[in-house]
Amino acid sequence: MTRQPTPSPWPATRMLCWREIIRFLRQRNRLIGALAQPIIFWLLFGTGLQKSFRLADQQGTPSFLEYYFPGTLMLILLFTAIFATISIIEDRKEGFLQGVLIAPVPRWSMVLGKVLGGALIATAQGVVFLLLGWLVGASSNVTALLVTVPLLFLTAVAMTSLGFVIAWRMDSTQGFHAIMNLALMPMWLLSGAFFPIPTLSGETAISQIGLHWVMRLNPLTYAVAGVRQHLFEVPLPESFWAPSLTLCWTVTACFAVGMFWGAWRISSRRIGGDLV
Amino acid sequence: MSTVTNRTTKTKGKSSPAMSPSAGPAIEAADISFSYGERAALKGVQFDVQPGEIFAILGPNGGGKSTLFRLLSTLIPLQTGILRIFGHVVPHEQLLARCCMGVVFQSPSLDRKLTVMENMRGQAALFGITGGKALQRCQELLEQFGLMDRASELAETLSGGQRRRVEIAKGMIHSPQLLLMDEPSTGLDPGVRRELAQTLEQLRRDNGVTIVMTTHLLEEAERADTLAILDQGRLVALDTPEALQKSVGGDVISIVCQDAQRMCVEIEREYQLSVAIVDGGLRMETSDGGELVGRMMRRFGDQVSSITVGRPTLEDVFVAKTGRRLD
Repeated sequence: MTRQPTPSPWPATRMLCWREIIRFLRQRNRLIGALAQPIIFWLLFGTGLQKSFRLADQQGTPSFLEYYFPGTLMLILLFTAIFATISIIEDRKEGFLQGVLIAPVPRWSMVLGKVLGGALIATAQGVVFLLLGWLVGASSNVTALLVTVPLLFLTAVAMTSLGFVIAWRMDSTQGFHAIMNLALMPMWLLSGAFFPIPTLSGETAISQIGLHWVMRLNPLTYAVAGVRQHLFEVPLPESFWAPSLTLCWTVTACFAVGMFWGAWRISSRRIGGDLV
Repeated sequence: MSTVTNRTTKTKGKSSPAMSPSAGPAIEAADISFSYGERAALKGVQFDVQPGEIFAILGPNGGGKSTLFRLLSTLIPLQTGILRIFGHVVPHEQLLARCCMGVVFQSPSLDRKLTVMENMRGQAALFGITGGKALQRCQELLEQFGLMDRASELAETLSGGQRRRVEIAKGMIHSPQLLLMDEPSTGLDPGVRRELAQTLEQLRRDNGVTIVMTTHLLEEAERADTLAILDQGRLVALDTPEALQKSVGGDVISIVCQDAQRMCVEIEREYQLSVAIVDGGLRMETSDGGELVGRMMRRFGDQVSSITVGRPTLEDVFVAKTGRRLD
């Protein structure tokens, strides 16, 4: 009796990744939603808060437009990654997913395809924004730009996987929006994207201590800090906490691997929603 | 068990592509039960599907057909019982089992934002078929299913019948020996249904594909080689449609009348027949319907609004086995 081998899982991964990208390019409104909104935020907040935002009373500290630049970059990644994984709910509803679920390939190849597709789209949008920033002078160093891209990609993998974990068990996109507002936006706000992390000293108020630790335990903080340190050589003043670059990369890499592992684990469990 | 002796015969197997690697049954299902929480959907279902046959699973909605389909397609995990697809044990050899079968779901699995060809190539990739080989196979299938001229159109622009054809073509991408279909005729108009029946017959004849389908349509069930009737989670009949029709008896007499209860009692007493009340009418089987109808008309003519006699249909089989109508 000759047994045929099971097919290689890589074509499935490649196909699902390619499908994400094709679908994204065919839906113009997603492109606009994920790129234009953060840019508008950046310009509005950046110029609006320019006068009232001061990191310290010293010269050479970044302006708010500069400070907020990495944060906007993260917001673009977050939006794109989330919109990419929200499609898993539609895939399930429209029936496409059931065909994938019974394919003779391991589950991780499906998750990898989906996550890679979303992460590549997000990274590409991030790069577009980086170039835009480079044009308006928010960052100048080309090497710094190039080093930032892999960090963006790792963050995108982490965010897409996180989106996958949330979306897998959902049966409506409305539920996803609730999670987005309750968990993902606060996660972004508390990542140092919008305001810096206070340091701890003897007279720090209790609320500031709480804020410090919440932000320090937020894995997204390290991605934001890493991007900031790559793009702007001027460090933040002493009165604000900042992790080392090595720590930024390590935490972001662990965040990506951990979230992907989570996405893979959760997708191996069957749920009622598999039945369309 | 007969399946065991079948499986040890190794003389077949190489002559036709339809033959399974193990030359045993295409599907062996033994003692399969499944429940959603408290609610039992399948209770000890047992059957074999032979290679190259069209096997229909007939039953009312909620009878357990869809659950059985999901189990066979490996979409949901087996709870109890044994399931082998061409000898591959589910779930341990699930990936191998999946390689042997193409699955056509009732709800569409096409990506509407992709073209027909992209959908096909996507499916090919899921089965590890890539590059020129994939392109060739996709073209072959689109040609076979008369869809070549729609290849570069988005799936959302296709008609219902065309979409179903793409679904089947998708299911056939890896030249499976078994095609598993859930209610393939749902949502299709009669003309397209006939077309679909021809397509399936052609697949069986030319490619030697074993076809297993669930259905609630009698006309579809009649075309099957073997018919399994599923009601309330139990397999109530398993045979060829002809044998099942014969098993009902010679003729079936149906009577529509005012007072079914009283008439039922009277007929049972008068003619020593077993009479069933189905949907307010009377129904009975007898060896010589024509003669009996004449006698009944003379005796009860004034109380009867209509009386018909006919050869048993699969509907009659269903009624005989379950005491209810199919829908």
